[in-house]
Amino acid sequence: MSHLDFTAARPEIALALMAMALLLFGVFRKSRVVDAVNTLALMALAATALLVLFVPGSDRIIAFGGTFIVDAMARVMKILVIFAAGIALVMSVHYMKWERMERFEYAVLMLLSVLGMMVMISSGGLITLYLGLELQSLSLYVLAAMHRESARSAEAGLKYFVLGALASGLFLYGVSLVYGFAGTTTFAGLTQALKSGISIGLIAGLVFILAALAFKISAVPFHMWTPDVYEGAPTPVTAYFAAAPKLAAIAVFVRVLYEAFPHAEEAWRQVIVFMAIASMLLGAFAGVVQSNIKRLLAYSSIGHMGFVLVGLAAGGQEGLRGVMIYLIIYLVMTLGVFAAVIGMRRDGRPVEEIEDFAGLARTNMGLAFAIGALMFSLAGIPWLAGFFAKYFVLLSAVKTGLVALAIIGVLASVVSAFYYLRVVKVMFFDEPKEPVDPAPFELKLITALSVIFVLFYVVWPGPVTALAQAAIRPFIVP
Amino acid sequence: MDTIFLAIVFLPLIGAMLAGLFGTAVFRYAGSAPPQIAVHEDDDDGHGHHHAYDGPRWPMMLTTGILVFVALLSWYAFFDVTAGNVYKVTVAEWVRSGKLVATWALRIDTLSAVMLVVVTTVSALVHIYSLGYMAHDPHQPRFFAYLSLFTFAMLMLVTSDNLLQMFFGWEGVGLASYLLIGFWYTRPSANAAAIKAFVVNRVGDFGFALGIFATFALFGSIEFDTLFAAAPEMAGKTVPFLSWQVDALTLICLLLFMGAMGKSAQFLLHTWLPDAMEGPTPVSALIHAATMVTAGVFLVTRMSPFYELAPLAQQAVVFIGAVTAFFAATVGLVQNDIKRVIAYSTCSQLGYMFAALGVGAYGAGMFHLFTHAYFKALLFLGAGSVIHAMSDEQDIWRMGGLFPYLKKTWAMMLIGTLALTGFPLTAGYFSKDAIIEAAFAAHTPMGTFAFWLLVIAAFFTAFYSWRLMFVVFHGKSRASRETLARVHDSPPVMLVPLYVLAAGALFAGWLFKDAFIGEKAAEFWGKAIYLAADNDVMEAMHHVPGWVKAAPFVMMVGGLALAFLFYIVAPSLPEALARAFRPVYLFLLNKWYFDELYDRIFVRPAFAIGRFLWRKVDQKTIDGLGPDGVSARVLDVSTWASRMQSGYVYHYAFAMLLGVAGLVTYLMVRGG
Repeated sequence: MSHLDFTAARPEIALALMAMALLLFGVFRKSRVVDAVNTLALMALAATALLVLFVPGSDRIIAFGGTFIVDAMARVMKILVIFAAGIALVMSVHYMKWERMERFEYAVLMLLSVLGMMVMISSGGLITLYLGLELQSLSLYVLAAMHRESARSAEAGLKYFVLGALASGLFLYGVSLVYGFAGTTTFAGLTQALKSGISIGLIAGLVFILAALAFKISAVPFHMWTPDVYEGAPTPVTAYFAAAPKLAAIAVFVRVLYEAFPHAEEAWRQVIVFMAIASMLLGAFAGVVQSNIKRLLAYSSIGHMGFVLVGLAAGGQEGLRGVMIYLIIYLVMTLGVFAAVIGMRRDGRPVEEIEDFAGLARTNMGLAFAIGALMFSLAGIPWLAGFFAKYFVLLSAVKTGLVALAIIGVLASVVSAFYYLRVVKVMFFDEPKEPVDPAPFELKLITALSVIFVLFYVVWPGPVTALAQAAIRPFIVP
Repeated sequence: MDTIFLAIVFLPLIGAMLAGLFGTAVFRYAGSAPPQIAVHEDDDDGHGHHHAYDGPRWPMMLTTGILVFVALLSWYAFFDVTAGNVYKVTVAEWVRSGKLVATWALRIDTLSAVMLVVVTTVSALVHIYSLGYMAHDPHQPRFFAYLSLFTFAMLMLVTSDNLLQMFFGWEGVGLASYLLIGFWYTRPSANAAAIKAFVVNRVGDFGFALGIFATFALFGSIEFDTLFAAAPEMAGKTVPFLSWQVDALTLICLLLFMGAMGKSAQFLLHTWLPDAMEGPTPVSALIHAATMVTAGVFLVTRMSPFYELAPLAQQAVVFIGAVTAFFAATVGLVQNDIKRVIAYSTCSQLGYMFAALGVGAYGAGMFHLFTHAYFKALLFLGAGSVIHAMSDEQDIWRMGGLFPYLKKTWAMMLIGTLALTGFPLTAGYFSKDAIIEAAFAAHTPMGTFAFWLLVIAAFFTAFYSWRLMFVVFHGKSRASRETLARVHDSPPVMLVPLYVLAAGALFAGWLFKDAFIGEKAAEFWGKAIYLAADNDVMEAMHHVPGWVKAAPFVMMVGGLALAFLFYIVAPSLPEALARAFRPVYLFLLNKWYFDELYDRIFVRPAFAIGRFLWRKVDQKTIDGLGPDGVSARVLDVSTWASRMQSGYVYHYAFAMLLGVAGLVTYLMVRGG
């Protein structure tokens, strides 16, 4: 272990130290602990982000004997995860007060989960990957059950924990199979080992590993926890679930598939295609009958992950860039919608049933317009950002010959448009109910920024494309 | 002169656009919500006296002024053209597609000039008349815009230089007619009548369009000059049509005549005309008496180089014309609505015109068109005056004894009736008698058949015309006391047009008979009308036996005498007669049951087919397999998918394990 190794992991180490310091601070501080910890946590995230940006050294640092990689994708994805966590934390502040669940551990857990995700993103071997995976999972289980007085929150946390444990078991079993057949767990080593040929045991191990990762991005058939947990968990936690872990898991997907198992492409492409189709279709069909906005968004995210998998299956520069663009746009849309949903309360109670949105356009035009725009974007209506996200991945699929996949994607998109547009219909054409309470400033701001993004992405798509292009640079074969 | 013709045709369009777009509410409320317009349920005839019009006056004045100006120009042009000048004004190229070339051009010869003066004169008078008649209507700018639009379309029709341009005008007048029949759009009957007129005309237009296609297919052109030059070569050629070999020109002529039958309300396609009386009375006078309905006559006359070479088609024209004249006259005998009586009379007179055209006496047909425009417009506007005075009453049996109240209107109606029945030296006397003589002079079986029908129709015409006069103006009054108290002669703005028309009804025949059908005819018509070498009807009609010349007069006197007997001397007679011959009476009263017949043969099956296509084909099959079926299946799948979401952790875990097992198995079987 050299000095350089620790330099590469400096952001993670710093974040771990800050998280533990905050934990001590929270325990010993007597008054106004939550606000202070939240503020400090945000500062910690900002500091980590700065460290990520300014890791010294070359473009691609391989540390700890190849088990830890810092490259362009790692940096971009870490920044995005930190960004998502920061936004989720901001969105939680008022919610925790409303729901009387103010606890300083909340922010600390969030930092720890970010740490886990950062380790996942930078992992250069299966063991590091497992380390990060477990750390973020354990943090998230607790976050889901954070609202201790709510039976549903507890149920959500427990379900997530049990199924997550199963996923971890699958993952470990897969790792053991891979190690048994290849004799190594680092990605670089696996690539070397697989050059000579792929045994059936390796394939089986890969499938187990992919299943565990698919659990994280809630791809069908490993999605079953998603609606229940989304619905039961506190809404800001749901928003966090929908955003950050998905990004981290997709980054891991890219690493595992393109860095460790590029020679098993034939095999895993079929798995990815299957999960993409199943996710898109289930996300579209099952969403149709949902009446709760959080459940609806759960199916929405399942469907969106299906589209991301389309890009992943297509691969190549266009496919991977499509994946990155999709993730960025998805992140912004999701956070915007959740900010709007968190802010919607009537008489101090959260508004989560879609039919309670009735006539929102007449009582609160601004909010209705924002949700409407985001729904149109999620549905993929042209000139909004969500359309381009779908467009790029489907285009890459067509170019790689996965035409059937693209067609199924378009059809699923049509079906899913139904439930997005139903929300719009309810808001704009149904008889209005009582007006909703005014939302806090930061939630309005997040929603507004998100709406501006989806509306004007079309005129200025450059930055997003540049970011995506930067992220996939390590994976482009020169 | 070119400028004058352009002005004649396009000034009405400009007027219509200005009045229609800026005089009405089209742009008035642009950008803001229009105020709620109250529907006047009690306003039975649309021009009730309860709701004064408070909009701008300039649209009415503008359109009327333009039309008067255009009418004066037309008369100037008429005398210029009849002096022997022929003009052709090219406006623009319209269509050039392969061999098909159509230009916007005004073809001005005697035939168009005659139509120009008829159309613009009657239109100008109707515009003036409407200033009074529609004075209380809240939508009068729209009305005047429609009237001017109609005038433009009609002028386009009569000045057309090719069949496509004529079709443009043809459809344009159809549109204006539709809009004006349905002018009082809050009345269901008006809307129904408008739709009926439109649909029945579609049948005719279908034939017309096929005729144009056939012409183009055979001649490779639709320009009149080319067609007329090439027509003689085409005579006798045959074309395959529905597996038969038919004579080319006969086919074209019959198809074109189908269009003429629709527009001119000839037998079988006449049913829309009486219903069209739902429109405001000035509209009836202008469109459904004087001008639009004569478009068919104009068409056949314009195409005379074709018809002269297609004897079979000519026979058809004679037959349909004569039958229409007879049929409409019989129905007119028993109608009780003042406007419908005149409407059937119009139908009948149009039959006369076609009979004349069919036997080759185009001049006589056009002459009758010319004179008929005056006296029929006069009768309609007179009837409008009566209706106006009677507070929108149209049933002649609720009038009676109006002579003392409406002396001026009575005088005008009398002149119109005299002209219509062919009283010596009035306009109708010259033109109608000429037709009857021409039919006799044709010396063909069909001509003779037509002659007898027309003579009988003349008797009926005299009877129902005088019946109308006697029932409305003489005898005991059957109107309510309140109505009578309000009866008054119309204001000068409505009476002056009547005077002008009355002058036309009295003198137009005597003034123009030499030119239209007399010794100057050949010179007058020039090349506008083509007569086959062996066609001497125009000459022979002046040399028929004395009894033939006397027949119409005898019939006229007979009809007058019978009407006098029935409705003045012994008013109980008609009722007794109706009771004695009840089936005949009902047959006539119900217009030979044509509406019922068409309802059974066409309307109901059409509805049945429509309902079948709608319910079974569209809703059950297309929607069922398409949108509805798909959405139902989506819902099924969705319900199923969300039922999978049972909430039990072991179900979820099972699904995950199943997924892994399935994927591993699949890859093993596939061999990775």
